[in-house]
Amino acid sequence: MCSLCGTLDDGRHWSDAHANPEAFAARSRTHTWARERQQRTRLLNRVLASYALSVSDWEGKAYLLRASTGRTEIVKNLGELWAAAEAMLKRPCDPLDPALLSALADSSSS
Amino acid sequence: MAEHGSLIPVNVVTGFLGSGKTTLLSRLLRSPRLRDTAVLVNELGEVGLDHHLLEQVDEQTVLMQNGCLCCSIRGDLQQGLGSLLSRSGRGEVPAFKRVVVETSGLADPAPIAYTVLTEPVLRHHFRMGSIVTTVDGVNGISTLERFSESVKQAAMADRLVLTKSDLADAGEFAALGRRLTALNPSAPQFDAAGGEIDPVRMLVEDPFDPQGRAREVRGWFENAGELSSPQGDRRDFQNHDFQNHGFHNHGEIRSLTLTFDEPLDWTAFGVWLTMLLHCHGEDVLRVKGLLNVAGEDTPVIVNGVQHMVHPPAHLEAWPDADRRSRIVFVIRGNFQQALQDSLAAFNRLANPGG
Repeated sequence: MCSLCGTLDDGRHWSDAHANPEAFAARSRTHTWARERQQRTRLLNRVLASYALSVSDWEGKAYLLRASTGRTEIVKNLGELWAAAEAMLKRPCDPLDPALLSALADSSSS
Repeated sequence: MAEHGSLIPVNVVTGFLGSGKTTLLSRLLRSPRLRDTAVLVNELGEVGLDHHLLEQVDEQTVLMQNGCLCCSIRGDLQQGLGSLLSRSGRGEVPAFKRVVVETSGLADPAPIAYTVLTEPVLRHHFRMGSIVTTVDGVNGISTLERFSESVKQAAMADRLVLTKSDLADAGEFAALGRRLTALNPSAPQFDAAGGEIDPVRMLVEDPFDPQGRAREVRGWFENAGELSSPQGDRRDFQNHDFQNHGFHNHGEIRSLTLTFDEPLDWTAFGVWLTMLLHCHGEDVLRVKGLLNVAGEDTPVIVNGVQHMVHPPAHLEAWPDADRRSRIVFVIRGNFQQALQDSLAAFNRLANPGG
């Protein structure tokens, strides 16, 4: 629930559509939970590429975050992911950073 | 986990020292509609509260190892709410349908929300209700200028109750109302001395109550002028800079409303908001959004306090003809254009060429 501290979180995160079916009751049958995770992983990789990091889905239960050095962390949700990325990079992952936004724009147009 | 609608709401009545919290609460608790309310107070003040289910707790905050102040467990609430629950289960205290926590005058409401939303036992039985903040109609302006605690209490409010209007200069009282609107436009304001304070509006119809949710959301944008603006109005961005209203000591706290014409991709929004709150959560005092999610006919609402976001909820219908996504931030710092550009860039990742 908290994006900064994962300590007391049991893995249900607000951004995880599977945990909050109420918000997505109207989703069509074709929009499955697995597809949602697939799409999330794809988008995360577009963003993490700017930091030379990558992520993959781990059995639908967690995500594996990898640095180019080979260092790997298991994270449960998006809240934990940014904390782990920041720890690997030793600098903030700031979505307002103009350099990141410029890289995302290039990525969107390619 | 219990359905969100079956959880017991925990409402917070907060406000600076002497702003009239206990007087307001005492008045509200006289209503038969609030008979099933358990009350936890941090300090027993001069105004006695007469209520059959009243407990005093000592404000204790257990700081998490990462040192984040908003993400700290309030040990007193953990014990107080847990004890209420178990004693009610054993029939030792009457059953209750909602809880009101009256804070001390210097309290930060964020750890209360964090405790209710994340504590492993409590989160299965309770949910957050409204944060009701009292503001002294006579001394409110000087208090806001001098004490950052009072600014935070007002900035996080779901309802603002201005007290002592009968003692205040009419011009200064009106100026206080305008300044609070600039700080937190999504919270409706009530004049405690000037009329009836509806207990249902205060403590029953909260932002997460399925019955009152639609009206609540409509109110979020009324003061920002968003719902009344015509569809073709291209004011993509509204900013109420607190500094422009003379709040030099806390000039960096401001409210702003982002609007997006194009539908938002829910997944991209989740990636963006989690990243934003991880990096800037201590500066985002409140975020409330009505989102037009791509692929959905009806809107999704999001509501957050600092690093925490409540489970998103789905409205059954749009509150008006406007189909744009609208997000209100109460934020410390000048991030306005950056926020708009950043969310747009993340959304384009999901809709390349869209």
